[in-house]
Amino acid sequence: MNPTLRRLSRDPKALIGFTILLVATLSAIFAPMLFPRDPWAMATRPFLPPFEDPEFWLGTDMLGRDIFAGLAYRARMSLIVGLASTVAAVVIGIVIGALAGYFGGWIDDVLMRVTEFFQTIPTFVFALLMVAILSPSMLSIIIAICIVSWPPVARLVRSEVASLRNRDFVRAATVLGESHGRIIVAQILPNTLSPVIAMASLMVASAILTEAAISFLGLGDPNRMSWGYMIGASRTVIRQAWWMSFFPGLVILLVVLALNLLGEALNDAFNPRLARRGRR
Amino acid sequence: MTRLVLSVLLRLAKAVGVVLAIVLLNFVLIRLAPGDPASVMAGQAGAADEQFMAQLRAQFGLDKPLPAQAWSYVSGVLQGDLGFSYRQGMPVSELILDRLPATLLLTGTAFAIALIGGVLMGMVAGLNAGRALDFIVSVVSLLFYATPLFWVGLMSILLFSVYLDWLPAFGMTQVGARFTGWEYVVDVARHLVLPATTLGLFYMAVYARMTRASILEVRDMDYVRTARAMGLPRRRMVRSHILRNALLPIITLAGIQAGQLVGGAILTETVFGWPGIGRLAFDALLQRDYQVLLGVFFVTSIMVVVFNMITDLLYRLVDPRIGAAA
Repeated sequence: MNPTLRRLSRDPKALIGFTILLVATLSAIFAPMLFPRDPWAMATRPFLPPFEDPEFWLGTDMLGRDIFAGLAYRARMSLIVGLASTVAAVVIGIVIGALAGYFGGWIDDVLMRVTEFFQTIPTFVFALLMVAILSPSMLSIIIAICIVSWPPVARLVRSEVASLRNRDFVRAATVLGESHGRIIVAQILPNTLSPVIAMASLMVASAILTEAAISFLGLGDPNRMSWGYMIGASRTVIRQAWWMSFFPGLVILLVVLALNLLGEALNDAFNPRLARRGRR
Repeated sequence: MTRLVLSVLLRLAKAVGVVLAIVLLNFVLIRLAPGDPASVMAGQAGAADEQFMAQLRAQFGLDKPLPAQAWSYVSGVLQGDLGFSYRQGMPVSELILDRLPATLLLTGTAFAIALIGGVLMGMVAGLNAGRALDFIVSVVSLLFYATPLFWVGLMSILLFSVYLDWLPAFGMTQVGARFTGWEYVVDVARHLVLPATTLGLFYMAVYARMTRASILEVRDMDYVRTARAMGLPRRRMVRSHILRNALLPIITLAGIQAGQLVGGAILTETVFGWPGIGRLAFDALLQRDYQVLLGVFFVTSIMVVVFNMITDLLYRLVDPRIGAAA
């Protein structure tokens, strides 16, 4: 087995994170089989407290909808938004970072000024503004989160590419007459991937948090509820019905925690020497 | 000295550039909004009547070519004109200035809580790296880091305000009470505890991680090893060799992060009914009052720029090496 994978499989952080994520993903995929009833329809009496009726273990919301089923169905929105926005942000970050790091000079200057600019503006306010202006939908939320989260990737890739640029194997490729594009894609980028992967795991976590916050404020996709929406909708009745906001928040916490653990474990696995130093 | 002045001027020029770019971005965002910009500006305030829209178009020069529009928008904003909220019947700049002090109080307190708590946590973890204490601090900061801010707020209302009845959960002052002087300060402080702590927790985790990493980096440096070899007492070595150098980068990083506190303030103010610009932004979101939203975005961006400049200058003063190198 690949040594990185072996280190990862022995790390308790990675195992905990991976298990939680697996459960969340499976329940998102198999929600229709686990809970055949329509999650939008009234299932039983509203305001049913948790742990009373074994059929509705986590209780029901203001409209009598099963909270447990809701958590499973709504995992989709949260996970899809987290993944899609991160993939898009990573692609943008890699392209900008690679161009800036490889070519240097004025290209680097311009691209890094733009990156700095996007890091300076208050990201959450900007994301909210984007969603409000593009009108709330899953796509606009993904776009907004992507636009505020690519800069760290660009900076990371840029510094990695800039340091690899003058290595012997890259010079050799240049001498052999390979094109810039081929050198970047085939020689340099594969060597920058591991820190980017570790960072991506943390980015999915913060994307899920951002999506939850956007939906909490009532800007979620009106046709696809998410965990954040469940909390936002039941905020006004929190004094009478704590469970309606408690369980969705707990699920968000668990998933975000899992992604953070996985990200840290990936970082440790890719940099075994640094990890050991930290642990000493 | 001239070098310092020059670098400060350079920093200022950069800040001005950023502010200009933000104004331009705002202009682009108005254009991106669905429908005619005039209807965006009017909001949905029943302003659909043709004559009013034409008047708006003329007023904002929407019948002129795009570059001219951009120019008049930018120069307007730079003169402090952030547009007019037809929803609230007030200029946006007035609305925001009204609410700004409450937000500054909230974010300032949260920042202080986060910085002090975070640096202390990071110190404990970094100086005890690998031991049980480090593990506990890491778990706690990871929890703070992973919990949705608004959920922490809601749960702390449930615990401290509904069940324990220790602290007020809503607003900035007690409704109906007209306190003056010291009593007023105590009242506001009591209302401030929950929102400021909620807002501070996430950033406390961020600062704790940064401090821990920074301490781990510094304590392996040659001069620390030398100090240790010379038999310096541990307490003194930690204070004057490790902490002094480890905390320097925290200033800059804290400055960059602090600007993002404002974003969190929207959530905290919404949960706790704190009468600041975050709450204003939330109301504007519900009513799709884009002018107010753009104004809030502009003002919070300015806050970030100013804050970054302050920390940058602070850093130069604390660490003379930076000024010399620039």
